[in-house]
Amino acid sequence: MDFSDTQAEATFRETARAWISAHAPTYLAESLSRSGFGSTRTGDFDPIEEAKKWQKAKADAGWACLQWPKDYGGRGATPIESVIWNQEEGVYGKLSGTFIIGQGMCAPTMMAYANEDQKRRYLPKLASGEEIWCQLFSEPHGGSDLAGLRTRAIKDGDEWVVNGQKIWTSGAHYSDYGILITRTDPEVAKHRGLTMFFLDMRSQGVEIRPIKQANGDSGFNEVFFDNVRIPDAQRLGEVGDGWKVALTTLMNERLAIGGSIATGFPEIEALVKELVITAGPAIEDASVRARLADWYAKSAGLKNTGARAISALSKGEIPGPENSIGKLVAGGMMQDIAKYGMELQGLGGLVTDPTIARSQAQIQAMLMRSPAVRIEGGTDQILRNIIAERVLGLPEDMRADKGLAFSQIPTSTDAKRGS
Amino acid sequence: MNFDFSSEDRMVQEQVKRFLSERCSLGRYREVMEGETAHADDVWQGLSEMGVQGTAIPEAYGGVGAGYLPLCLAAQELGAVLAPVAFSSSIYLASEAILQFGTEDQKERYLPRLASGELIGTLAVSEGLAEPALDALEVVSGQDTVTGTKLMVPHGLIADIAIVVARGSEGAELLIVPLEGVQRSAVEGVDPSLAAATLTFSGTACEVLVGSGEGKQAYQTLLNRAAVLFAFEQIGGAEQALNMAVAYAKERFAFGRPIGSFQALKHMMADMYVALKLAESNAYYAAWALQNDAEDLPLAAATARVSATQAFQLCARDNIQVHGGMGFTWAFDCHLFYRRSNYLAVALGGSKAWDDHLVNALPGLAA
Ligand SMILES: Cc1cc2nc3c(=O)[nH]c(=O)nc-3n(C[C@H](O)[C@H](O)[C@H](O)COP(=O)(O)OP(=O)(O)OC[C@H]3O[C@@H](n4cnc5c(N)ncnc54)[C@H](O)[C@@H]3O)c2cc1C
Repeated sequence: MDFSDTQAEATFRETARAWISAHAPTYLAESLSRSGFGSTRTGDFDPIEEAKKWQKAKADAGWACLQWPKDYGGRGATPIESVIWNQEEGVYGKLSGTFIIGQGMCAPTMMAYANEDQKRRYLPKLASGEEIWCQLFSEPHGGSDLAGLRTRAIKDGDEWVVNGQKIWTSGAHYSDYGILITRTDPEVAKHRGLTMFFLDMRSQGVEIRPIKQANGDSGFNEVFFDNVRIPDAQRLGEVGDGWKVALTTLMNERLAIGGSIATGFPEIEALVKELVITAGPAIEDASVRARLADWYAKSAGLKNTGARAISALSKGEIPGPENSIGKLVAGGMMQDIAKYGMELQGLGGLVTDPTIARSQAQIQAMLMRSPAVRIEGGTDQILRNIIAERVLGLPEDMRADKGLAFSQIPTSTDAKRGS
Repeated sequence: MNFDFSSEDRMVQEQVKRFLSERCSLGRYREVMEGETAHADDVWQGLSEMGVQGTAIPEAYGGVGAGYLPLCLAAQELGAVLAPVAFSSSIYLASEAILQFGTEDQKERYLPRLASGELIGTLAVSEGLAEPALDALEVVSGQDTVTGTKLMVPHGLIADIAIVVARGSEGAELLIVPLEGVQRSAVEGVDPSLAAATLTFSGTACEVLVGSGEGKQAYQTLLNRAAVLFAFEQIGGAEQALNMAVAYAKERFAFGRPIGSFQALKHMMADMYVALKLAESNAYYAAWALQNDAEDLPLAAATARVSATQAFQLCARDNIQVHGGMGFTWAFDCHLFYRRSNYLAVALGGSKAWDDHLVNALPGLAA
């Protein structure tokens, strides 16, 4: 066991650090460090523009998507090197939020299932941030029960015709491409009748409507498909194998989200170090200290668990469902932290005006964004089910849809009609 | 960077595990609990034949000199079977204290016999029914002697020597006290596998390990180092309690289905797993910090300690819940884990003390 750099790792770190200090957008550092979770702050500059600029600069110099093969726009780096890069990139890494879904989830799926020409065409531009991708999975009828999706794709010659609706699609409004899971056969059990595609988001018949979120932002969208035609060549995996393909994406989603996940610890630590409460400095208060200790232990546990996953990866092991713990722990923790950080400040803790609130209202932004962490990419309950069933091997839930063809499964519409 | 134990370390763990699975079932804990014997002497002997006590003690003092990493993994296995032996007291505390603070002469006199298991050592700190205040201890030292009473000394019934924290002329000091002739009386406790005793010293001969004025600092250093090893015992126990819960939940039926298919229980066990994983990862990091005397050892140790205590207490507690009424019987083993988890949680100081140590160790927050 060795947590320090080897000679080669130290050299790599030096090179990365030198390149970053020569090229990073230092004019954004201050704003970025104040970014609340779920919103990238770039001061007077446009966040997407700035994100694209930094991503392109990194890609041109070989610092984008480090672990990808060079042919697809990466560096062919080891998992450890990519961790070192993330440590060195620091606040500038916050600019990558825009690309997480594409690079962390769509790309691994493309790598596993697209043909060679497609990989060479799409992956480098994904790496360089020139093209942004989104993930069209969840539907109005259900996100947890993803395999119950209804968007239909019907084969017509060497094309597929898609009709239906997706929802909660993050970044659809600025995405160039998306991976899309559809139902191609409703007469077999629900997991068997699915097929995955990728498509150009500017295809005829695609309509995108932003949804205003609870925190006031509009990060996700409804996406409607009206006779959208997708070439069969853009099918990922076999017809009917969509569930298997989706699992590749979801496994990587939990790694992408879980690996470098924000917990709110640095924010609460900074707050209680500067805050003076009635009884004196907050940091000297026993109940504050008890909470701080608990949160530190959890965030360190996540970091160290991540480190173990990286070690396993570098030995060629495949990341397993145990990585589901990252988001589960971080989501609840961030919500608790934000609530506590707000409460410590009394009514003043409610102020969201960034010119008045501490740290430009970071805590308040976390308070309002953290509920989403416990939902997106698998709810807390679904993650616990996964841990219980796939890690601990406990029996499956009793399921009302077991053994039924998709078309025979009861829905909420049936429930309403019945009452 | 490499965040895993080496295959050599894992081999030591495997050996200890195999030995314990043959010789140290939970029945051994029960023998001690029922008063049939003070500790599992043959397990202690078997471990010493394998050299486990001497794992981290340097060869110059009769040990194996393999370092702390394999010792951590041995601790995990001892924790998993709730081994009723004085390993934690004798090795993580007494031997460690002498190794860290002893003079060359003291090391030569004591460590070889501690390493071989011939001597059993322990640490005597607590006096009353509250966490001990090191500045106001009632056990006092005079010229080469010590006087006063220590309450609830783990393994005090069977130990040959104790590291006694006493009040000297200028504050706390650490003494080495041979226990021959010292008055001992057994105390009943939540964890009845500890051979715990009240020790009464009356002008008992002793030698100074850490002098007055430096005792407090040394004691904290000792706690930090021991906390890492205790954390491995805790995760060993936590994992075993979780395994018991999962196994039972697959077998036991209610309402025509295995109770493990009820979400309320699945989610409870998922949370046990999460607590265990976090604790395990923090313990791994702390093991590295201990082995390398890393600058952040105090923070790493407190972090491992806080998570491991949480994990073992949660797993032991909810293991009982998963078992229902059966879990509350003397005959089922659930309470053994519950008992041990509570001993390990307060040995070395309870959660309040460790929350404080952790926050004090955060960078930029020097106390
Ligand atoms: C900010 C944000 C961004 C998102 N981005 C995307 C995106 O880019 N692409 C995309 O495809 N989706 C996206 N989603 C959708 C997200 O994946 C779903 O919202 C999520 O999977 C839950 O599905 P649902 O909303 O249909 O809730 P439901 O599935 O209806 O869940 C409602 C409640 O029921 C519980 N529940 C459901 N099933 C079970 C069960 N078996 N056991 C116990 N409890 C259960 C859930 O835990 C939840 O509490 C995003 C969501 C958010 C909030």
